Amino acid sequence: MKTPTEAQARAAAHSTAAPTPFQRKHLLGLEDLTREEVLRILDEARGMKDIFTRTVKKVPALRGKTVANLFFENSTRTRTSFELAAKRLSADVINFSAAGSSVSKGESLIDTVRTIEAMGADFVVMRHSASGAPHLLSRNVKSAVINAGDGTHEHPTQGLLDMFTMREKLGRLEGLKVAIVGDILHSRVARSNIWGLRKLGVGELRLVGPRTLLPKWFESMGCQLHYNLEEGIRGVDVINILRIQLERQSENLFPSIREYQVLYGLTTKRIAAACPDALIMHPGPINRGVEISQEVADGPQSVINEQVTNGVAIRMAVLYLLSGYRGGPLSEDE
Amino acid sequence: MTSLLIQNGRVIDPANGRDELADLLIQDGRVAAVGRGLTRAAAEVFDARGKVVAPGFVDLHVHLREPGFESDETIASGTRAAAAGGFTSVVPMANTNPVIDTAAGIKFIQERAGADAAVNVFPIAAVTREQKGESIVEFGDLVQAGAVAFSDDGHAIMNNEIMRRALEYCAMFDVPILDHCGDLNLIGHGVMCEGEVSTRLGLPGIPPVAEAIQVARDIALAEYVGGKVHIQHVSCALSVEFIKRGKERGVAVTAEVTPHHLALTDACLERYDSNFKMSPPLASEEERRALVRGLAEGVIDCIATDHAPHSATQKDKTFDEAPFGVIGSETAFPVVYTELVVGGALTLPQLIEKLSTAPARILKLPKGTLSIGADADVTILDTEWRGAIDESMFRSRSRNTPFLGRQVHGKVAATIVRGRVVYRDGQVLV
Repeated sequence: MKTPTEAQARAAAHSTAAPTPFQRKHLLGLEDLTREEVLRILDEARGMKDIFTRTVKKVPALRGKTVANLFFENSTRTRTSFELAAKRLSADVINFSAAGSSVSKGESLIDTVRTIEAMGADFVVMRHSASGAPHLLSRNVKSAVINAGDGTHEHPTQGLLDMFTMREKLGRLEGLKVAIVGDILHSRVARSNIWGLRKLGVGELRLVGPRTLLPKWFESMGCQLHYNLEEGIRGVDVINILRIQLERQSENLFPSIREYQVLYGLTTKRIAAACPDALIMHPGPINRGVEISQEVADGPQSVINEQVTNGVAIRMAVLYLLSGYRGGPLSEDE
Repeated sequence: MTSLLIQNGRVIDPANGRDELADLLIQDGRVAAVGRGLTRAAAEVFDARGKVVAPGFVDLHVHLREPGFESDETIASGTRAAAAGGFTSVVPMANTNPVIDTAAGIKFIQERAGADAAVNVFPIAAVTREQKGESIVEFGDLVQAGAVAFSDDGHAIMNNEIMRRALEYCAMFDVPILDHCGDLNLIGHGVMCEGEVSTRLGLPGIPPVAEAIQVARDIALAEYVGGKVHIQHVSCALSVEFIKRGKERGVAVTAEVTPHHLALTDACLERYDSNFKMSPPLASEEERRALVRGLAEGVIDCIATDHAPHSATQKDKTFDEAPFGVIGSETAFPVVYTELVVGGALTLPQLIEKLSTAPARILKLPKGTLSIGADADVTILDTEWRGAIDESMFRSRSRNTPFLGRQVHGKVAATIVRGRVVYRDGQVLV
């Protein structure tokens, strides 16, 4: 009498454990995702990271699929990360560097992507200087669109890899105090971090920067605003430092790089205001000696290189989960 | 002698304080009689039972795109869109190619309108040559040629001295400057209203004060030099406040607001749809309410569409690259009737006043009234109709509307220009 019960239990356990297809076609931003979807990606990425430690760092999950990397802005880091992620899942990869070519203007964006689609791309990974460009694309093409950074809007895989890194290092996200420092206004990394971290119940989310780069409306996204660096990072578990674009100076958003460095540059002395073992993060590329000192960037609390490693795992998880899309009813982008 | 008898409609004529069931007799393109049970024989009878008979709508702000941008719109197509929207008179802006800044340009518009237009076209000219904001046009010559006003619409005049001189000189001819306000430095590369939504979407913002600062400046200048200024497409509460104070001080200032600013907010931009991108941009709900209130209180005088056609090729771009502007002729009445009358902010006679009598008065056009002897420009409305805005309503060459699919009350049943039915039951008849 024992055997059927066990078999039933096993069958039941198996059916509940069998992952439901990820009910989403595109990854446009973390604002759109549910808490469960964010968690699902983070959990899946953990398994993907295990693949790295094998001697054969490759699985056949996306064999026969084609991933087109379409970068309208230069980005060696993110493009390489997506390329490696796709290859580790056995997908074919097309790298389409659009920056500087005849298709760098948005008027031919839809046509460009339709051309690539006609060659059989299943995924279009796109970086574009215009906020909302992936949204325009998702309404006009059949491929799954993955946003690899759109203007000053979102960079969802960066947000996910940052959260993955925090969770891996600190064991949790709930209740953490996180500070994001720098040019918040123009940062797609900040926005994706904000949406993701808020959904996963982070304790305090502080944004730190000069008033001109930190408009009051960020408060409505559930953040505390700080114009003073020491106050902003006091007692935090994580400091995520954003790259400062040197061109903002010419827009009079701050008076000089020198003053920015004086007020907001992260030095060993300054980070002492945070928790003793606070994580130091930066999405790269780093302006050493501007937003972050050499010592802090290379110091024991820095997890900057691990962020890069984790980026590949996150992008593998995203590609893998989106490939399970079946056009289900939860999709809102059709 | 041609004649048309419009029978049994609810005749609303704000200019004469009339709102009653009556017949309207048109003879030789003029209103011949208004009253109950008109029995005079007419060549044609229009049964307006259950409908509203109003003076023809006057749109002080359209872009007909001709000459220069005929793939977006022409005088022929744009005036048919106007007819479908109940507008019997339109004022096309001068930002064509070439810019209308000489008497020859005015003549061109008049000739093309004479040949192709479905409704009355009252041309205007630019305030500055080529709308560059650098030197003023020959206002006197242009007025003689038939310009009813002046506007650099599409381009704010940044130089205070030029604006002062334009207002000062123009006042000799008793015509207003139709004023597109928006400080270009504050606008920068902005593509939508700055605020909570722009912050979330990561789109460069335009602060509402960019408009309000120039509104304040131009009212101050108009007061100083005794000029007449009409503020176009008012989009924020602070501008309304400045206009109100200007009027209280006795300045010759008037203002218009668009249906889209009355009905929509920046929350509509969530999907980065460029059919919600226009200048000035849609603002917050708080600003929108201030515009409705400003209109209801009479601070804002009239409704104008800023009908701004752009072909799909131009609009199907990323949000920052797509041009500013949305069409509005065909959808204006259902949108504002739903928002303002069904919404309870205005009565129907008040709305009709804002769409016909008031705009005609601002430019001293002999329109906007059903007085005996007046031009028989008439708009017949079906206020009982309910439905969704759909493709079949449009006559413009372009489809850049933010209102497709919107549920509305009311529609235009017929449009009559100088006694001639140019639009009826969904068909343009000219």
